[in-house]
Amino acid sequence: MTLADARARAPHLAVAQADAEADERLMLRLAAFCEQFTPLVALDPPCGLMLDATGCAHLFGGDAAMRTYVLQAMARLSFTGRAAVAATPDAARALARFGETAVAPPNEDEIFTRPLSIAALEAPRETSVALTRAGLATLGDLADRSSAALTARFGSETMRRLTRILGREDARITPLRPLPDCMVERRFAEPFLDLSAIENVLRPLIAEAMGILEKRGEGGRAFEARFFRTDSAVRALYFETGAPSRNVEALLRLFRLKADSLADPLDPGYGFDVIRFCVLRAESLAQSQIGFERQDAQDSDVADLVDRLAARFGRDRVLRFAAHETHDPMRAASYVHAASPSSSSGSWPKPEPGEPPLRPLFLFDPPQPIETVAETPDGPPMHFQWRRVRHLIARAEGPERIAPEWWRNTVGRERRTRDYYRLEDRDGHRFWVFREGLYESETAAPRWFLHGLFA
Amino acid sequence: MTHPLASLRKSLACADPATASETIALGAPGLDRRLGGGILRAALHEAYAGSAADAPAATGFALALARRAMAGAEKPLLWARQEALTAESGAPYPPGLPDIGLDPATVAFIRVRDAKEALQAGAEAGRCATVGATLIELFGDARAYDLTASRRLALAAAAAGAPIFVTRVAASPAPSAAASRWLVRTHPSRPRAANAPGSAAFAIFLLRRRGGAAGQEWHEWRVEWNRDRGAFEDRTFDAPSLSRPVAPFPVGGAPGEGAPQTAGRKFG
Repeated sequence: MTLADARARAPHLAVAQADAEADERLMLRLAAFCEQFTPLVALDPPCGLMLDATGCAHLFGGDAAMRTYVLQAMARLSFTGRAAVAATPDAARALARFGETAVAPPNEDEIFTRPLSIAALEAPRETSVALTRAGLATLGDLADRSSAALTARFGSETMRRLTRILGREDARITPLRPLPDCMVERRFAEPFLDLSAIENVLRPLIAEAMGILEKRGEGGRAFEARFFRTDSAVRALYFETGAPSRNVEALLRLFRLKADSLADPLDPGYGFDVIRFCVLRAESLAQSQIGFERQDAQDSDVADLVDRLAARFGRDRVLRFAAHETHDPMRAASYVHAASPSSSSGSWPKPEPGEPPLRPLFLFDPPQPIETVAETPDGPPMHFQWRRVRHLIARAEGPERIAPEWWRNTVGRERRTRDYYRLEDRDGHRFWVFREGLYESETAAPRWFLHGLFA
Repeated sequence: MTHPLASLRKSLACADPATASETIALGAPGLDRRLGGGILRAALHEAYAGSAADAPAATGFALALARRAMAGAEKPLLWARQEALTAESGAPYPPGLPDIGLDPATVAFIRVRDAKEALQAGAEAGRCATVGATLIELFGDARAYDLTASRRLALAAAAAGAPIFVTRVAASPAPSAAASRWLVRTHPSRPRAANAPGSAAFAIFLLRRRGGAAGQEWHEWRVEWNRDRGAFEDRTFDAPSLSRPVAPFPVGGAPGEGAPQTAGRKFG
């Protein structure tokens, strides 16, 4: 039917453009909302949600009660839905969309799906038409035929759907988010509104989760606090620690820092229905007596500080220096996350007594081009210009020749030898400069760069 | 029961920073004598770069002080640096740290976006008693670094018993709760064989010292950092290395000198 036809028949028809993206966003939001019922939620395109109720239904008082509870929650959000509970996802989908059954008892999927019309197969139109013409009205009719003949006629895809709907083949859903290592939650009879008391809720939750981890001999590395709002909005706060931790107060402090640094603050709106605390990643952590050894206490104190800083500023901003075994100054040192395990492949230079500083305190990446005037093409500069300032050189030492690492697959400029000089201008500023390329053998006009600054 | 006067005396002694905490000696006897033994350990200290080009000198001076503060102790150094400084004077190059006498493995480095974050990081570190020293590097007129913020840092340093150093580039000295405030510029080094540049040398100008008797401020020293001894050496009266006159009070020029360099980079 065209839109014009439809409008002719129903003049008050409300019309809106189909927006597949907005639909998907809505479904994702609803999926997040449904995670308060079970952690395993998957999208069931085009407009369905699949909830794995395994191990959850008894919390609501059984399959039927859980189904009612979910439908009521949806109704409160002004969504009408059809829902069915079955042993396999495909059976549940078929029952919800094409059947009247609310709950199929365990191992009886086939009994309840057999009466469904063959539309439940959701097969291509020509297949449905062909099946109907053959006089097959229900899935049961189809199931009684020899499957070899049907496969030959209608293809293996249709037959696979049939076996799945009948519950003969079990398929697992792929949840939107993986199951956390440990999960505790608090449900409220009345929506929880008072943000100032949120830590009073979180503290026992975290303590409970840590108790579970302690029994397993584990500590958490990544954590998430989820807040399910009455109006279907879900907020999640993620934070992690550098080392496995079971320290409730430290985690609470990380949560506080994270909450403080949110651009969009935590807003209870009409209240939270559920507050959940998940340990997303746990690692083994021996049961320990804290504060027994001083060095350990000091290390954990610093690790604590690093965690707090990482929670506030982001993990990629709290760094540590790692040394690498190379003579290329650019590769000799790198910045790594402060919480990451040691990744130094080399050792730091040990200056000889009496030797002046040979490496600068600051390095430019990339090196800054400078204009130099030198007495000889392979000598140190007499003066150079950098950022419009002319520096007259009073002292110089060099060159320290650093050849490129030929075993690396470098191209073009990086292949050139660098002659490094330590320079000091008349005001006492100390520079680390290099000439790129050997005069005559590598290039006719070597270029100069300022690479670093000494203190 | 203790005598009320005794407890009052005790509380006064705690309030007086000079007696409540030890000092960090710079290592040069003459200089330390003038400072009354050195700078306070559990306090906030500021180092202003004389011009933008002196930024590495200010950092080097502060790192050397941190090295003196942590001498012998296996404690970490926390280094928070405002990102804007990377364009100005490059990123810290860890292999250069051993030349100050610091082990790069003991440094926790934080890249912060603005002065506000830098101060938060500093205050956070100040609460951690196992941090040996904290270095905060700010660029430009950091409005977040006001009297209140500096007071907060000073209290954090006092609580942790470890110094907090703040270096400032392209900023003019402003009132703060710092126990000492220095203006740092590079200084020509003593040449080595074949006129090679020598050890780091600084011209340091004491702008202010809390609790210093009147007339004790306004000193300029020229010092050299001796990495092997882990100490400053006073070179104020080494005439040959003096290649420029002792500058008069240069504070007003500091931001002015910084500005054209920034502009030069933009268009250069």
